[in-house]
Amino acid sequence: MKQVFKRPESMTDKPFHFCPGCHHGIVHRLVAEALDHFTLREKTIGVASVGCSVFLYDYFAVDVIEAPHGRAAAVATGTKRVLRDRIVFTYQGDGDLAAIGTAEVIHAANRGDNITVIFVNNSIYGMTGGQMAPTTLLGQRSTTSPYGRDNQRDGYPIKMTEMLAALEGPSLVARVAVNTPGNVKKARKVIRQAFQMQIEGKGFSFVEVLSSCPTNWGMTPVEANRRIADEMIPYFPLGTLKQRDLVDTF
Amino acid sequence: MAKAKVEIESERCKGCGLCVEVCGEQVLELGREINLSGYRYVVAVRPEDCVGCCRCAEMCPDTVLAVWR
Repeated sequence: MKQVFKRPESMTDKPFHFCPGCHHGIVHRLVAEALDHFTLREKTIGVASVGCSVFLYDYFAVDVIEAPHGRAAAVATGTKRVLRDRIVFTYQGDGDLAAIGTAEVIHAANRGDNITVIFVNNSIYGMTGGQMAPTTLLGQRSTTSPYGRDNQRDGYPIKMTEMLAALEGPSLVARVAVNTPGNVKKARKVIRQAFQMQIEGKGFSFVEVLSSCPTNWGMTPVEANRRIADEMIPYFPLGTLKQRDLVDTF
Repeated sequence: MAKAKVEIESERCKGCGLCVEVCGEQVLELGREINLSGYRYVVAVRPEDCVGCCRCAEMCPDTVLAVWR
């Protein structure tokens, strides 16, 4: 017998601080696996956002910069322009990327800066205590929308992937989920493609990952997983919306 | 001898149960014991049935599981 599944080398041994059943751990692993796949560990710089993803530097065996709230894409742009031989990725939540950091990510995408953005969408502000985020679904209860999100008052959930796919700059814009083993496999492939875009110098790549937040949704991990299929995927459809041609290496 | 085996690093486990849900062979179950963090960790109750499909490991948010095949 040989080992067919193990912890990726680009991850440290430190146990995650995430709540039980939180999908951040899966997304961290998929990113680390992509770094392992292309042997990028020695030349990668991660840019962490503010939120639950802030402790990126504890869990990845690569250098990590902590950006001010929402500015990860701007910090990554600067890093990549100064150090062109490095692989630069950002890892941001929806409260960070889709709210305070909307301008940064849209302009980084429009410039086609050669960076990879991993956007974890759990439709709520996780670390700050479950407030309504721009991605919160209609009718979803949060601490700042206790009767459910109302489009008359709060507007509609923002679809970042569709917005960015409309721009000329990005090389890859996709939305994936990690709620089933099959979806995890698809997500792994798309995250690899995103890093490959950067390696080949094709420009900005963006992967939105639908993620659960069992604690702030007030559900068990298994119920939260089901909610992704039942409520999130119908509003945030999965798929690659835009992709430039790649040399197929896997 | 079993065709495959799953190894559980029980101190990392948070007992979320996502692996139990996806295991097609019902190899895994949440145990009665708790680990140092106070979670009821997952145990392999029918290890001989494991086929090494890795579905549990794919779904584990805390990389608790390692699979041999």
